[in-house]
Amino acid sequence: MPAVSKGDGMRGLAVFISDIRNCKSKEAEIKRINKELANIRSKFKGDKALDGYSKKKYVCKLLFIFLLGHDIDFGHMEAVNLLSSNKYTEKQIGYLFISVLVNSNSDLIRLINNAIKNDLASRNPTFMNLALHCIANVGSREMAEAFASEIPRILVAGDTMDSVKQSAALCLLRLNRSSPDLVPMGDWTARVVHLLNDQHLGVVTAASSLITTLAQKQPDDFKTSVSLAVTRLSRIVSSASIDLQDYTYYFVAAPWLSVKLLRLLQCYPPPEDAALRGRLTECLETILNKAQEPPKSKKVQHSNAKNAVLFEAISLIIHQDSEPTLLVRACNQLGQFLQHRETNLRYLALESMCTLASSEFSHEAVKTHIETVINALKTERDVSVRQRAVDLLYAMCDRSNAKQIVAEMLSYLETADYSIREEIVLKVAILAEKYAVDYTWYVDTILNLIRIAGDYVSEEVWYRVIQIVINRDDVQGYAAKTVFEALQAPACHENLVKVGGYILGEFGNLIAGDSRSSPLVQFNLLHSKFHLCSVPTRALLLSAYIKFINLFPEVKATIQDVLRSDSQLRNADVEIQQRAVEYLRLSCVASTDILATVLEEMPPFPERESSILAKLKKKKGPGNLPETNDSRRNGKVNGSTEPSEKMESSNQCFPSLFADLLPTNRPRPAPSSSIMPSAGTVVSTHPFTDVLNLNPAPSTGASLLIDVFSETSIEASTEMSEDSFHRFICKNNGVLYENHLLQIGLRSEYRQNLGRMYIFYGNKTSAQLLNFSSSVTSSDALKAQLNVQSKAVDPVIEGGAQVQQIINIECVSDFTDAPALNIQFRCSGTLQNISVKLPVMLNKFFQPTEMTSQDFFQRWKQLGDPRQEVQKIFKAKHPMDKDLTKSKIVGFGVALLDAVDPNNENFVGAGIIHTKNTQVGCLLRLEPNIQAQMYRLTLRTSRDTVSQRLCDLLAEQF
Amino acid sequence: MTMQFMLLFSRQGKLRLQKWYVPLSDKEKKKITRELVQTVLARKPKMCSFLEWRDLKIVYKRYASLYFCCAIEDQDNELITLEIIHRYVELLDKYFGSVCELDIIFNFEKAYFILDEFLLGGEAQETSKKNVLKAIEQADLLQESQSEDWGSLPNEELL
Repeated sequence: MPAVSKGDGMRGLAVFISDIRNCKSKEAEIKRINKELANIRSKFKGDKALDGYSKKKYVCKLLFIFLLGHDIDFGHMEAVNLLSSNKYTEKQIGYLFISVLVNSNSDLIRLINNAIKNDLASRNPTFMNLALHCIANVGSREMAEAFASEIPRILVAGDTMDSVKQSAALCLLRLNRSSPDLVPMGDWTARVVHLLNDQHLGVVTAASSLITTLAQKQPDDFKTSVSLAVTRLSRIVSSASIDLQDYTYYFVAAPWLSVKLLRLLQCYPPPEDAALRGRLTECLETILNKAQEPPKSKKVQHSNAKNAVLFEAISLIIHQDSEPTLLVRACNQLGQFLQHRETNLRYLALESMCTLASSEFSHEAVKTHIETVINALKTERDVSVRQRAVDLLYAMCDRSNAKQIVAEMLSYLETADYSIREEIVLKVAILAEKYAVDYTWYVDTILNLIRIAGDYVSEEVWYRVIQIVINRDDVQGYAAKTVFEALQAPACHENLVKVGGYILGEFGNLIAGDSRSSPLVQFNLLHSKFHLCSVPTRALLLSAYIKFINLFPEVKATIQDVLRSDSQLRNADVEIQQRAVEYLRLSCVASTDILATVLEEMPPFPERESSILAKLKKKKGPGNLPETNDSRRNGKVNGSTEPSEKMESSNQCFPSLFADLLPTNRPRPAPSSSIMPSAGTVVSTHPFTDVLNLNPAPSTGASLLIDVFSETSIEASTEMSEDSFHRFICKNNGVLYENHLLQIGLRSEYRQNLGRMYIFYGNKTSAQLLNFSSSVTSSDALKAQLNVQSKAVDPVIEGGAQVQQIINIECVSDFTDAPALNIQFRCSGTLQNISVKLPVMLNKFFQPTEMTSQDFFQRWKQLGDPRQEVQKIFKAKHPMDKDLTKSKIVGFGVALLDAVDPNNENFVGAGIIHTKNTQVGCLLRLEPNIQAQMYRLTLRTSRDTVSQRLCDLLAEQF
Repeated sequence: MTMQFMLLFSRQGKLRLQKWYVPLSDKEKKKITRELVQTVLARKPKMCSFLEWRDLKIVYKRYASLYFCCAIEDQDNELITLEIIHRYVELLDKYFGSVCELDIIFNFEKAYFILDEFLLGGEAQETSKKNVLKAIEQADLLQESQSEDWGSLPNEELL
């Protein structure tokens, strides 16, 4: 018979619980509970004062009811009464009730805090422990306010009992986590570190958790803990298994404490002191050696505890990343685990090896296990283990084994669990791109992905293959041939139709020489899929058709018939209808030349971070990306944690590949130059986003479009105000200048510290502009800060024509001034001079940075020097619209951070200014005051000149 | 070992004990519980004891009719968490004498007290079995002992 009622058994409670258990249905249970609640309520309200035992019993019943999942809205007062009982068991139940059912009723909190205060002052260790447990369990701000300064005193006082110290340490840890601002640092911190020396291992265990948490936040204040932790660890690992008595767990000496100490050491770089460092290395070697010794017990607890310490030691070795022998030994050890009969160990070995793969010292050693890992992928019965195997293959992939790994992943994909397919697709796409030497292989791989798992191929993936094909002429013919063949399949995935449509529309001409893929055959093939596709795909196909008209005049009539049919011209979908109307009209009125210009082959996409990577990052967090060793180390040296840094370095390794179809960070205004604008633009009045962005978006740049519907090709822009410079602070495109002769339009792109500006000069007259020249000049000071190179333009602009000039910009260091654009030309015999301030300003070199509220405030505090802050208070010049303000801040280049400012009317942003010499982190906060129609703008950066300049620029915008 | 929460539930999915070390609303707690009970119960016996769930790691182990399930953070040590569970079961076993699910149902408050002596704020406070039990036994000095016959209730021993 089990001892079901032990200690101070409460018979009434036991009867109630057993009644509930005997209830045959949910209804019966609820009925029984309601009966009990009514009974308890009447007892609590009754005239007769309840004795402590009854109170305890009823409070305990309420607790049981609550834990069954029912709401409890009374009994709190009775529970609080129990707190002041002298009987331990009554007090204990009172505290349990409070811990489980905290109520923010302020009167009650005051009473609870009062009781806690009395118990803390009681000098009775059991009562003190109950009070400390309660604070740790509730961890509310009110409690932190009341006790955060008292607990450190209890913790370090000489006469505090060991068990109370343990509770106090973890209580403080909980408060530090929930309300770090309320826990004051002070003299006690130094004394806490010395608890690592305590004789009582329980005290050391509790203290090491507290110190680790504090050291993660303020490593400098707890540096002395390193040598103490190493000493302690060394004593533990070299002790005989029985030395530590009750702290030995299945023949393993103090496993919990060992793990905690190893964890604490991961807050710091390897010790600089050679002796200490040697001692630590010795510890780690001992732990690795022990893994090879025969087990002292067959119990799984023995091996688990031993391996827990081993894995934590390996984590530390990887963290230090400085001892090649240790890293290789760690890798060999994990290699043994890969074939262990315990599933848990195989799982952990795969997981741990992922991080080892990114160290230059152990990358090669990890690669030797490729066959075992591939085998795991094929044979493991547990999907979570297979998932780890996929992660590891991804992490160990490099140029030497990419083809094998990608092939294995593709074949696994055929049978993979639905839950992980999308992630595998992303990984395959990234690896295929990153390690492609031969781009035909890349194209084949992606088409295979679509064939095997079309539903899981996200937009990013198929955008990307198009982008790469467009940027690389060596693969275009092959791509056209391959998609053409793939489309022959009777049933093909819609994503293949999209890729096929786009690629044939651009490069169908490359295979048109073969009669088996003549223009008409290509068109018929595409059109045979048309009716099976969704609206967005159909819209894309229509764009492919108009491109066909340009590529193959011989199919013009056939295509015009299709466009002209009622099912297009009168389609219920406005997008289809609009495209059909516009394309039909375009194909009828435009001359061959115009058609050729408008439907020109897509220009190469600008180089940018792969949106696939960004997507995977979002899915998995930054930890699981393969990165080059260099980037990892750079990140460390700079002490920076910006994930963009890693990206950047991998970009440098494969510059031509990291172009992107869709920008992932900055919204950009409408394109202005061709009918198939750089698809690095997301503008759509239509609910779906489309790479072939053909919506005639009304924008300031719209007048630069070649207008096919009207003869009067250029209409005057709305206004050409003097502050056109300031209009470009938060946007990159638009009309910079306009008079009756000339219109100057701008499109610019920025990436890190580099920028490229396309300037369009439109001749508004019907006469030629002669001796046209334009140059960019900078002041001497500015020349050192900003490198500007412009290419020469054609000296003649025909009437009504437009020419383009490209300007490359490099930001060397932060700057305030702006370069001037000087234009000179002769029109109808008169010499014209125009000088415009070129809108290149410091904020263009922003990279937005997402961060949590905690990080934000930590950095905000770090930039507390008065010189680093610039503040402006000013009157609103525009209506104070929230969305507009948001888009301006985003356009300014910083990431807009939600849920950081406690007042959600305020705006908070963060970003990094990239210059060639340095990177400057910037934080900003904008506080609108609607009543006063005022704003307060605060900028904090590590450079006073940057803070000032950014503040001046942004303040102009509101 | 920052444990976020610990749940004990039966093979039938009945929650027997819940301990939360992070502040969450009751609604969120119920949602998490529902989701995890379902996920863990769906797993087969020989599968590994760890799984990724949201941005946390779940470590679980079954003892007789009860599942012990802990959520830890990404950097935390899975194996040592598994042994945290085991040590807790040992503590319950030692205290109740061959503990079974029924002991935890009828003496849920004791199960909480023992847990509080062992883990606090999601961290191991005292790993010595002797020391934890010593603290608990103190509470039982003033006990009113009782014993009952519980008939045919589930009383499979956990260890």
